[in-house]
Amino acid sequence: MTDIAEFEAETAPETVKRGRVVQGLAWAVLLAAVLIAPAFLYPVFAMQLLCFALFAAAFNLLIGFTGLLSFGHAAFFGGAAYIAGHVIKVWGFPPILGILAGTVFAAALGWLVGMLAIRRQGIYFAMITLALAQIVYFFALQMPFTGGEDGLQGIPRGHLLGVIDLSQPLNMYYFVAAVFLIGFAVIYRVVHSPFGQVLQAIRENEPRALSLGYNVDRFKLLAFVLSAGLAGLAGSTKALVFQFASLTDAHWQMSGEVILMTLLGGMGTIFGPVVGAVIVVALQHMLSGIGSWVQVVIGGTFIACVLLFRRGIVGEIARMLKVGGWL
Amino acid sequence: MSDTILEARNLTKSFGGFVAVNGVDLSIARGAIHAIIGPNGAGKTTMFNLLTKFITPTSGEILFNGNDITRRKPAEIANMGIVRSFQISAVFPHLTALENVRLSLQKSLGVSYQFWRSTKVLHDLDAQAIARLDQVGLADYAHLKAVELPYGRKRALEIATTLGLEPELMLLDEPTQGMGTEDVGAVTELIGRVREGRTIVMVEHNLGVVAELADTITVLARGEVLAEGTYDQVSKNPAVMEAYMGVSAEEQEAGA
Repeated sequence: MTDIAEFEAETAPETVKRGRVVQGLAWAVLLAAVLIAPAFLYPVFAMQLLCFALFAAAFNLLIGFTGLLSFGHAAFFGGAAYIAGHVIKVWGFPPILGILAGTVFAAALGWLVGMLAIRRQGIYFAMITLALAQIVYFFALQMPFTGGEDGLQGIPRGHLLGVIDLSQPLNMYYFVAAVFLIGFAVIYRVVHSPFGQVLQAIRENEPRALSLGYNVDRFKLLAFVLSAGLAGLAGSTKALVFQFASLTDAHWQMSGEVILMTLLGGMGTIFGPVVGAVIVVALQHMLSGIGSWVQVVIGGTFIACVLLFRRGIVGEIARMLKVGGWL
Repeated sequence: MSDTILEARNLTKSFGGFVAVNGVDLSIARGAIHAIIGPNGAGKTTMFNLLTKFITPTSGEILFNGNDITRRKPAEIANMGIVRSFQISAVFPHLTALENVRLSLQKSLGVSYQFWRSTKVLHDLDAQAIARLDQVGLADYAHLKAVELPYGRKRALEIATTLGLEPELMLLDEPTQGMGTEDVGAVTELIGRVREGRTIVMVEHNLGVVAELADTITVLARGEVLAEGTYDQVSKNPAVMEAYMGVSAEEQEAGA
């Protein structure tokens, strides 16, 4: 094989070493940022960032690591918010159980949607998820317990384990930070598990994964359920933060926003969705004065991102540092 | 066990009105390298996809070791010991060579659905994977991503991955397609080396490769079997010459 002579093999151990160091640094920055954020940011805003960062990271599990574009993730995020809110407010469940109920609901819904959607591929898959999410939106609008246009308001934050008062902003913040970190760690583990290896194989070359004897549909379905459940974890937590669940959370625009966050930060990267979510939410926040023009700015940012750095912010950084796959 | 590992009976596949494969009978002898050749549009690829279950026949049946596999799914037959390769090199580009091969070994651990465990459990397979890579001359490239390998090496990686499943029957779809002469030689040599203890069916355009490797050759034309036999037999068959050259044997002699 002639081309071997001029072919220079990069010594792998060096790449691995550099990758480990850079990833360690990224974890340190993330942890530090999460811990000290309330010192610089308004707690509710900081919590909003964390919820969306988790949502985007959950979404990335599908698009980035399995290669499935769901256009209906708002259904899991918003649906879980309603369930958590209802369980806490009406049934009087403690906050943790409420969040758990929302998460389980989203995972179950993910199983249902996944079962139907993974029979098709590409754009058809995306369209089925969108259509099913619209049905969920319709339920959110029409069912008596959701409060229709008004949303589900006045969800009490309650006490964590009966002791810690979550109506105190800092208590609540560190609770949300813990939820985020646990959720994020779960995603990291799923990606770096034997299961995650197969998911990446499916993303890379589905027919080949099939020919190696992997039941591709079952792997996709489990990935979908995990992603939906984690999106639900983010949605339930957000409902507790803002103390209400609204139609916005389940609207298709929310499904679009999470795609935007993930692409902007870098799909298929570990930390990209977090960066993307922070940028999008911060832009919405800072530019709220200009009304609907904020959409134009975000749209422009998105176009610039796709044209100039297609790998997303973190993806481009990883490429520059030659640590692809580690960030 | 019988001497026939794979058998197709009266296999037919039509797409709408077009009959791509028409009543083909095929019998693959255990331990042989069996090549399927034919001019463009002869139905080779359809035949290949039928045998690998990537498409379902309109009629007819396929038996593997005497068991009817006509309605089985691709993943199922892979687990029975029939593993295919692809025309375009089928690797997982952004995984390392080691990870590529490990994916074929991973099933033996039974951990593929365990999303809560670390990839560290897979490191037990590393030595075995390196041995597989070594077999095809890729041990030094274990930590490179597949996308960074040159084409011929990708092909070798694909074969190493396929071998990881210890397939009884390997189906290779044009293994030397798109390769330079040197790579063709290397891959031909590699196939010759890994045939030990298994059966190989290949669709191949390069008649040199077929002549060197194949024990039996089936020539397809217009979806039907035109001729079958050793290379010497089929290459002298007038019908085959006509199908390939577009002229009859007499005409050819007259021209010469």
